[in-house]
Amino acid sequence: MVLQASLKNCLQLSCILRTPKVGFRSTTSGSLIIQSTSDDVYQNLAVEDWIHDHMNLENRQVLFLWRNSPAVVIGRHQNPWQECNLRLLRQKNIKLARRRSGGGTVYHDLGNINLTFFTSKKKYERMENLKLVVKALKALRPQLDVHVTDRYDILLDRHYKISGTAAKLGRTTAYHHCTLLCNADKFVLSSVLKSPYKGIKSNATPSVPASVKNLFEEDPSLTCEMLLDAIAEEYATQHQTDHHITLINPADETVLPGINNKTKELQTWEWVYGKTPKFSVSTCFNMVYKDSVLDVKVDMDVKHGRIEVCNIDLPEQWLPPAVCSELVKSLTGSKFCPNETTTLAATLLRVCPQDAELQSRWNLLCENMIMLM
Amino acid sequence: VCIHRVRSCSGIRFIKSKYVCVFDKSALKFSHQQRLFRTSAVSCGQIVQFKLSDIGEGITEVTVKEWYIKEGDSVSQFDSICEVQSDKASVTITSRYDGIIRKLHYNLDEIAYVGKPLVDIEIDASKGVSPEEDVVETPPMSHEEHTHQEIKGHKTLATPAVRRLAMENNIKLSEVVGTGKDNRILKEDILNYLAKQTGAILPPSPKAEIIPPLPKSETVPAAPKDRAHKIPVPVSRPIVFSGKDKTEPITGFQKAMVKTMSAALKIPHFGYCDEIDLTQLVQLREELKPLAQIRGVKLSFMPFFIKAASLGLLQYPILNASLDESCQNVTYKASHNIGVAMDTEQGLIVPNVKNVQVSSVFEIASELNRLQSLGSAGQLGTNDLSGGTFTLSNIGTIGGTYAKPVILPPEVAIGALGKIQVLPRFNGKGEVFKAQIMNVSWSADHRIIDGATMARFSNLWKSYLENPASMLLDLK
Repeated sequence: MVLQASLKNCLQLSCILRTPKVGFRSTTSGSLIIQSTSDDVYQNLAVEDWIHDHMNLENRQVLFLWRNSPAVVIGRHQNPWQECNLRLLRQKNIKLARRRSGGGTVYHDLGNINLTFFTSKKKYERMENLKLVVKALKALRPQLDVHVTDRYDILLDRHYKISGTAAKLGRTTAYHHCTLLCNADKFVLSSVLKSPYKGIKSNATPSVPASVKNLFEEDPSLTCEMLLDAIAEEYATQHQTDHHITLINPADETVLPGINNKTKELQTWEWVYGKTPKFSVSTCFNMVYKDSVLDVKVDMDVKHGRIEVCNIDLPEQWLPPAVCSELVKSLTGSKFCPNETTTLAATLLRVCPQDAELQSRWNLLCENMIMLM
Repeated sequence: VCIHRVRSCSGIRFIKSKYVCVFDKSALKFSHQQRLFRTSAVSCGQIVQFKLSDIGEGITEVTVKEWYIKEGDSVSQFDSICEVQSDKASVTITSRYDGIIRKLHYNLDEIAYVGKPLVDIEIDASKGVSPEEDVVETPPMSHEEHTHQEIKGHKTLATPAVRRLAMENNIKLSEVVGTGKDNRILKEDILNYLAKQTGAILPPSPKAEIIPPLPKSETVPAAPKDRAHKIPVPVSRPIVFSGKDKTEPITGFQKAMVKTMSAALKIPHFGYCDEIDLTQLVQLREELKPLAQIRGVKLSFMPFFIKAASLGLLQYPILNASLDESCQNVTYKASHNIGVAMDTEQGLIVPNVKNVQVSSVFEIASELNRLQSLGSAGQLGTNDLSGGTFTLSNIGTIGGTYAKPVILPPEVAIGALGKIQVLPRFNGKGEVFKAQIMNVSWSADHRIIDGATMARFSNLWKSYLENPASMLLDLK
């Protein structure tokens, strides 16, 4: 029952993982339960990628258990500007990750557990997996009112969402992963998952907001470790395998060759932001300058996370047209990113006319533009 | 037989096939045998409709979210074609064939139906193609089985990509030792075979031993084998370097830097360099570091360099000035906003410490800490990055001694600080002692600054740093 990390088992795992053609040599049935030693969301998502790409799941299944330090995870085809408060994320140093599976946006912290069920494509069956989780919860605490909906959510007391689901199917393998709220920070969760950005028009997959509750609130004796253990036990029983959890280090290249490249790719701007489906931003804001209030209208098209088209409507002559068009020209093709825009604006300012009035107007306009990102 | 193939194939293949037909009888036989084994009458360039296969869970429709290819692209078997989404599941659809994409049946965000065509692929008939399979995706094993060939009774398993590689190099698959499952021939096996032929050194393949070669078939022609024995040590390897040049547009911050640097080089620069003995400053900093630490501030050498520069600017204010575009007026800036060049992931950014002329060394250190942590988090604001009047670049933290820094408009001077090195120097008594030496390289705008001014400023700055106690006299 207790988590073990025996070297022998790690080696066995590494043999299995590295030479999938050889087939499993385990004396028990094929299934495997592994748990990550890292709480870094990118490393853990990389492990999922690695297993999906490299393991032969023809005759075996794998359950992967993981937890992350505070992070917001968006679905493959989602728009982070639409889904969360990016400004707040940056302030609070909460990571943003884009996973490869579909579905909506979730908030992870150490009070939330993640479960990934790896199978061959033929054996992909989400309902079965979720029923397994519910069975495990009921075995642990029979009085819990938990059930699976047809939207693949798990609800507590018929009303509160405690788990969300997403899946990824490849050529031969598939995985279904879900969250489970044990003791997450609901306050941070609701504040980061509220987007302040206005005027976004996009075909990205929208999230469906739901009321959430922690299992801990229902039963304060519950901990993440207990939940992980109960689920592992139920999985072991159903798959007729050892109730033995193998620990896996997502930074270990010898067990998972090529994993660090996968981790790096998941952290690139091109993946996290650049994979956002094309969207447009059409909004206006007020700027207070000295004694007047100005209306500014902005229209932008963003593709691959970069500004494809940019239009800024300012009161006439508030900024010399040459200066304004210089800003628009520089923004076109630039990343839709506050840091990029800040450094771009400050650098361009060096070659603008050195007029204090003009410079303070420029800075004000740029600061407001940056707020849109 | 061969002429038919030549006529209907694309340009490049035309030449290759012709070569094959005319000069290499063995290859002719090879292709002849291959044609015998095709299960259906497939002519060159056949368009096959690749249908969307079953996704499971009874799903009948999905939304197309991303195309990985476009019309005209060539694909290999197992390459990713597109990403579709259905009810929280994201599915990667991979190609069943080698060929060229001729038509995409859906646009982005359209609904695609299981069992209906997704893309049209033009299949090249010179590669063995698997016959049209039913809609349900079968496991990979059966693919490979369909793509085997029989050469005089020997089954040789290889994927189309491997067979293409063999054919391009005029290799008979029957002569290659297969090291994959069921003696399947892998790409490494082809490369190993080539290496043996030409004597080239390849990185060792993990499985390239023990397995005995396949028994030779009767039709092995004498020609290629004999040729192998007669060839002396080769001059070149047959390995092709597949790296390609990559062109990207310059955008955003980089584009702005291009503009700024182009403007900067219009300024006539002159340089002035010197060497500073920081032995006393090093000692002073060691004493003050723990005091700053108690107050929660990390103390480096920069706050001293910055403060000394400001004291120097008080005496030589023209170095803290700005020349207007028409070169008609010089504006002497009242504030000493001293920029500190920082190297970040994005590139070179220059936040500045405002009003150094009224700040203490400790305050400068504290402000520097704030700018550095914001800089590494990518969260510097426009105010931090604009309004600079003079810049110091501590390139020495990366390395180097002397440099030729470029002035950042609208400023008129800049200093680059090299690394601190321990070097032997002579003291007043003629004795050799260990000195902590740092080099400084100044650049200034020669339109309004002359060499003498720069030299005197530098000497004053140097004297403050070589004898830090003298700073006390002039601190405001």
